[in-house]
Parts: sequence; structure tokens; C-alpha cells
Amino acid sequence: MSAGVDNRPCGGKYADIVASIGHTPLVELKSLSPKPNVRIWAKLESANPTGSVKDRVARALIEDAEARGAIQPGQTILEPTSGNTGISLAMICRRKGYPLKVVMPDNVTEERTQLLRMYGAEIEYSPGEQGSNGAVAKALEMAGSDPSYYMPYQYGNEANPRAHYDGTAVEILEELGDVAAFVGGLGTGGTLMGNARRLKEADAATLIVAAEPLQGELVQGLRSLADGFIPPIIDLALLDRKIFVSNRDAVVWTKRLIEEEGIFAGVSSGAVAAIAHRVAADLDGGNVVTVFPDGGWKYLSSGVYTKSLEELEADGTLETASFW
Amino acid sequence: MPTAKIPPVLRASTGGEKEVDVDGETVGDALRSLASQHPDTERQLFGENGELNRYVNVYKNDEDVRVLEGLDTPLAGTDTLMILPAMAGG
Repeated sequence: MSAGVDNRPCGGKYADIVASIGHTPLVELKSLSPKPNVRIWAKLESANPTGSVKDRVARALIEDAEARGAIQPGQTILEPTSGNTGISLAMICRRKGYPLKVVMPDNVTEERTQLLRMYGAEIEYSPGEQGSNGAVAKALEMAGSDPSYYMPYQYGNEANPRAHYDGTAVEILEELGDVAAFVGGLGTGGTLMGNARRLKEADAATLIVAAEPLQGELVQGLRSLADGFIPPIIDLALLDRKIFVSNRDAVVWTKRLIEEEGIFAGVSSGAVAAIAHRVAADLDGGNVVTVFPDGGWKYLSSGVYTKSLEELEADGTLETASFW
Repeated sequence: MPTAKIPPVLRASTGGEKEVDVDGETVGDALRSLASQHPDTERQLFGENGELNRYVNVYKNDEDVRVLEGLDTPLAGTDTLMILPAMAGG
């Protein structure tokens, strides 16, 4: 199939909101391509029901637990999250009748707290300076001391990458005959692992590139390097490159997405766009595909869309905010 | 001479220094140079068999050396080594 652009009727007919997850648009970023023969495409995961790629993951985690008979309505679900997975789980748990408790760093934007409360989730906060690592440690401790919780544990559950192997990557391959490179953000590793496996099965030469956040120094507040955390689902052997992106560069590219492509995306989308552009510059031709994890709505209060870079540096946002 | 950038969590072991000049033509040599200048960093950077500690990510400029050639990744004098704790998202 050629990488032509065609319009399809948007939507479809679904039994409920959970069934409508996925089938997100793949949009070309023409202005950001450094070479005419290299086309950059972004899968806009903001089109999911709660506005992020984590709807795919949360549905897979819950349906996997249901299929194994591990949960039934009324079972309390516990999960560590930097926000998006919690919000997606909250919607699905509300729909399916599971009480939800999430553990989340206390320095995330207010919007994430509001969305979780809106769907009826209970929130336990972990120290913001420990980032998601602190939320993971606290949730593991809570689950260890209270066996009444069911923890899907997105960081160690193969249902997470499988959501992409069976969903995101299949949708990409339906639209593009060949993928020269795939760029994914590294958080739990689910997006990268699931897409990498499916895309490499289709073409072993597809380059898999991870973009990961370089946390501001004030968010690196771990007690020792031994408190570092690598999600068990990550297999580094599937990655061809792994490149970090500073909060500053991620914000620069988030602003470029608005100015040059009209795309209002979250800050991690800016980060993957920066790396997609860099990878594209090294290729002679072909399709570079990336996944924009969410839209910008949940980050409005951080000021990244309205303040200048200088203002964001001066008020400490770039050093202290947690966008992933 | 390559420069190693020290994360906040390691600075107690480098006398508060944020950047240390290191010697070596590979990432491994450069990290061992750091450990010889600041011995308290050795146990944090390396495992018992001399491999890179599992929870430490080391970047040559901005690329993770584990996805390059690990401790054998070549270094030029103008390169920067960034040492960071492995952090999750999600």
C-alpha cells in the first residue's frame, strides 16, 4: 500500500465508550520533515475517549484480568501512575464497576487530579521529587501489605505492550506499507515494546528509537542510584537507539507542533517529535512514525502553551514539572 | 578530555562537584577514571563483576550507551557523559 493520504469516515459504531478506544488518526507532519523524501507521521492518541494512549493500555490490563478471572465487579484496583494510566483506568473502572485507587506523584498538574476525581478514583500521593519511581514503590508497598487490592501493574504486565502489538502497530501497518523508523516515548516501555515487536515482524529493518525524558534536577530526588527503576517489560535488545530529551527541548517542540502543524499536543509529544525529526534527518527516504501520547489539555495550567521559554525557565516550570 | 555530569544523587560522593573531567577512550575507562578520582562513586556505578549498575543509565552526549556498545562505547575528548538514575513514566 502506498503512503497516500485519504480520508475515511471518522468513527464507527460501538457498544460502549470502552469499545471505541483506538483507531486513532495518523497525521503527516509535513512542515517538520527535514527532507522531501522522508515523511513523518504521528498517531494522535488524544483521539481516545479520555484523551490519551493509555486508554488502550488500561483496557488491555482490565480485560486481561477479567479473562483470567482475577477480578470481578466490586474488586478494588490499585495502580501507580503519573496520571494518564490512572485516568484511563478510572473511566474504565467506573464503566465496569471496579473501585479504583491510584498512587501518583504530588507534582503533577491539577488537571490530572480533577480528571481522576471526576471519574470517582481515590488518589494517594507519593513524593513528587521521586517521580513515577516513588509512586511505583508506594503502590508495591500498599499491595504487599493489603492483599485485597488487585494491582494490574502496567510496568510489569505483558498486557501493556500487547495493547500496542495487537492495536497501535496493526493500525499503523494498515495505513503504511513500510515503516523505516518508529519513534516512541519511554515511560513504562509498553508503546515501544509492543510496536517494536509487530513492526519488526513486518520488516526487521525498521529502526526502533526510544525518546525518554531527562527529568529536571529537582525531580531526580532519589536517595541513591539503587532507587532507580527499570520497568520489567522493557527489553533493551528491541531498541536501536535510546535518546533523552530535556524538558526545555520537549517544550520547544510542543510549541513548534502548534505553530507549524496546528497540533495541540502534550509535552511528551514534543519530545518524540524532536527525536522523529532527528531520525528523519539521518534517512534518505521512507516513513518515520511516532505516537503522540496525548493532547495538551491536561498541561494547560503549567503555562507551557502561554508562557515564553524564558518565563518557564524563570518560574522553575522546566526544572520541577513532571510531564511524562 | 571528556566530561562526566554528576546527578544530584551522586554528588555526595564527588564532594558536591557537578562535573568531573575524566580520562579514557571508552565509556568504561572514563567511568573508572571517575571512580578513581572519587572512590565513593565506584560501588554506585558498578556491580560486583565490574558491569554497569543496573539502575544507572549512562549517556554519551544524549544516547544511552547500553544501546550503543555498553562500557566499550568509544569516547572522544569533546564528548560528555551524563549519568542518571533510571526513571519511569506512565
